[in-house]
Amino acid sequence: MKKELLKFAAFALLVMLMPLAFKGGYLMNVLVFVGINTMLSIALNLLLGYAGQISLGHAGFFGLGAYLSGILTASYGWNAWLAMPLAAVTVGILAYLIGFPILKLKGHYLAMATLGLGIIIYIVFNETVDLTGGPSGLSGIPNLAIGGLRFDSDVKNYYLVWGFTLATVLFALNLANSRVGRALRAVHDSEVAARVVGVNSRLLKVQIFAVSAIFSSLAGSLYAHTMTFISPASFGFNFSVELLTMVVIGGLGSIYGSFLGAALLTLLPEFLRAAHDYDIIIYGALLMVMVMFMPGGLVRGVPELYRKLIKLKGGADHA
Amino acid sequence: MQFDQVLQYALSGLSTGAIYALIGIGFSIIYNATGIINFAQGEFVMLGGMLTLFFLELLKVPIWGAIPCAIAVSTVAGLLFERLAIRPLRQPTPINLVIITIGGSILIRGLAMLLWGKDTHALPPFSGDEPIAIGGATILPQHLWILGITIVIIAINKFYFYHTISGKAMRACAYNRRAAGLVGIDVRRMVLFSFIISSAMGAVAGIIVAPLTMVAYDMGVMLGLKGFCAAIIGGMSSGIATVVGGLLLGVLESLGAGLISSGYKDAIAFIILLLLLFLRPQGLFGKPESERV
Amino acid sequence: MLEVSGISQVFGGVTALDRVSFGITKGDITGVIGPNGAGKTTLFNIITGIYTQTAGKVRLAGTDVSGLPPERLARLGLVRTFQNIELFSGMTVHENVMVGMHTKSTSGLLACALKMPWCIAEERRIRENSMKWLEFTGISDLAEVTAGNLPFGKGRMLEIARALAVEPQIILMDEPAAGLNNQETLGLSQLIQRIRETGITVVLVEHDMELVMDICDRIVVLNLGKKLAEGTPSEIQDNHEVIAAYLGEDE
Repeated sequence: MKKELLKFAAFALLVMLMPLAFKGGYLMNVLVFVGINTMLSIALNLLLGYAGQISLGHAGFFGLGAYLSGILTASYGWNAWLAMPLAAVTVGILAYLIGFPILKLKGHYLAMATLGLGIIIYIVFNETVDLTGGPSGLSGIPNLAIGGLRFDSDVKNYYLVWGFTLATVLFALNLANSRVGRALRAVHDSEVAARVVGVNSRLLKVQIFAVSAIFSSLAGSLYAHTMTFISPASFGFNFSVELLTMVVIGGLGSIYGSFLGAALLTLLPEFLRAAHDYDIIIYGALLMVMVMFMPGGLVRGVPELYRKLIKLKGGADHA
Repeated sequence: MQFDQVLQYALSGLSTGAIYALIGIGFSIIYNATGIINFAQGEFVMLGGMLTLFFLELLKVPIWGAIPCAIAVSTVAGLLFERLAIRPLRQPTPINLVIITIGGSILIRGLAMLLWGKDTHALPPFSGDEPIAIGGATILPQHLWILGITIVIIAINKFYFYHTISGKAMRACAYNRRAAGLVGIDVRRMVLFSFIISSAMGAVAGIIVAPLTMVAYDMGVMLGLKGFCAAIIGGMSSGIATVVGGLLLGVLESLGAGLISSGYKDAIAFIILLLLLFLRPQGLFGKPESERV
Repeated sequence: MLEVSGISQVFGGVTALDRVSFGITKGDITGVIGPNGAGKTTLFNIITGIYTQTAGKVRLAGTDVSGLPPERLARLGLVRTFQNIELFSGMTVHENVMVGMHTKSTSGLLACALKMPWCIAEERRIRENSMKWLEFTGISDLAEVTAGNLPFGKGRMLEIARALAVEPQIILMDEPAAGLNNQETLGLSQLIQRIRETGITVVLVEHDMELVMDICDRIVVLNLGKKLAEGTPSEIQDNHEVIAAYLGEDE
């Protein structure tokens, strides 16, 4: 327990000091996205890594949060601090209601159903032009502000977003090591055994689906208020797959793994500028390679690889 | 609303529906042999279309040579996919299989983009584009090609599954993989066969639809998903139920696009998909006893 | 304590159980035996809410619990173990038993994630009490081992510990001795008797006749989906129909 806390403190410290290292350069903007993507991949990981339920529609919940926040503030002049929780609650209720029928499905069928849900949401973003601005997007979304402090620069946004992200990390860590988190993992390992000892697996899955959607929605709101412009293209099927890739690369069921996956996948395209259009090939290849050779993700696979290498080296020395 | 108009939508819906049916049967064949929903199914449709174009335009092969070449190459791609990605999987849990077929799908799509670019291309129709009048509506010769080829393919399929040894062995795998293995059927071979057959069928679907829809590296995504929807309507049958599912979906979509709103056309398929998965996961015609979900 | 009346189960035209009725007395160890295909596991699956029967009723302490899902039955004090042990293989032994205390704790999702003070207290209670069950089944030294790495016999003990953590009125064990060596079976037999001493009613489906005859107070014999006989071990041993059914199966 103490160790967990220490690890989190170190992580938080690292996050807080990061801007000093980059002195507000261009990379700060990318790091804001790392924060948003970390929130999203933790949200998906709670569902996929802990409860063992796949979703290929999380970009939809992300988008709903962004659009609800964006529309309420930009078109109706709401205060962003009001719009954000309202969006999150709405998305949470929606996910809760749809969770009952959708989580009855398993495996491939669940994947297809969530994918379909994501695409329906995406189509709605494109078609309700009066509300969302359609494919050309919604602009003029205000920044968040506390009193006179407006979050309008990369550095300010960095602290804003990472404040939320750290809270998400803490939330997820606490949950994972609690009665509810254990029950989730139990459902993942053997649903029938979990039910036999009294875990209402159906309700639990729906609850975590809703929680996951709420965090995705919050990330969406943050995205809208930091970018001030959103368009449907950011919330399509490809982004759902990107989120899945982050979770799988980092490691299913590992919170820090989610950060690692999100950081890697957000930074990678920045370093591969020349290959900009082709990052999708890299995602595809990464997904396949990870599932085939490192199904535990980086957080488990790399230490294992390291141990093997040491062993190999030790063996060679003896020879 | 005029009758002619409805007839027109229905007719063009039937030919897109036939495409969905072909793709849907591809999904079903793999699902029945392996329990896998192959998320890369749509990419073989794209490969069929793109490869035909590639042989036709870049290698200057005449169309009647380009088509078999395209089918052959797509089929080899399907075979490689099974051999290199599905078979070596150490932990073939449903989630891992979903992830690996999604990974495969975007990899194939990405490679197509790398090779042939992002542009949309037209493929010439098989035999002219002079519309043919039927009642108050018209259809294109390509529509007839689509319907004709689909019927032929389904007939071949039927023959294969009911009158050849390997087809019967595949059906045995579909009923009970373990039992099939116990009576000496090489189940792994049947799995490979299922990938070969459905990638070939996907490629054919992509080729015959290409003159109508144009081809691009990302054409497989939507077509694949709609094919899956057709298969779900048909209760994952690799026979007539999925054909009916495809046609039904095609017509509904076409009518919905024409009479309600074209923007929501794609949503229709997914709303049907969700409703069916929620209410009748065994398909529209199936009995509820089958444990599919 | 537990009463099944007129249970029938038909699978696609095949009758797996045909109007089976019997009662189980509180505090007893009851064995359900029968040749292969007698319908024992089907009966267990019905009683524990995994299947829903075609006809008939299950009563637990007088209340009709027919068709209730397993998680509701657990709250009413009925748990089971599985023939091919079902562990939470990715979690530690200790955590497995902690999940067993799910119905004996109440913290909700939000409270857990926000680490409310009462959750911390409850967590401590879960942690300590679950240790008690590991000690009871003699595997407390393995508390931090990942359940998936346990040898089969220890896994069986863990499954029982986890079921006991539910603090049930009645525990149903599906072939608890299957796959155990002689030493382990002996330990199991003593454990089952110790479980009964704590006031928990035990029902077991078992093939190990020696074990059944040794520890059971009453035995129910099923054959081909029907109840063949019911009685004390010595009555069963003298029952000609039972002997015929078993000999018939032995060829």
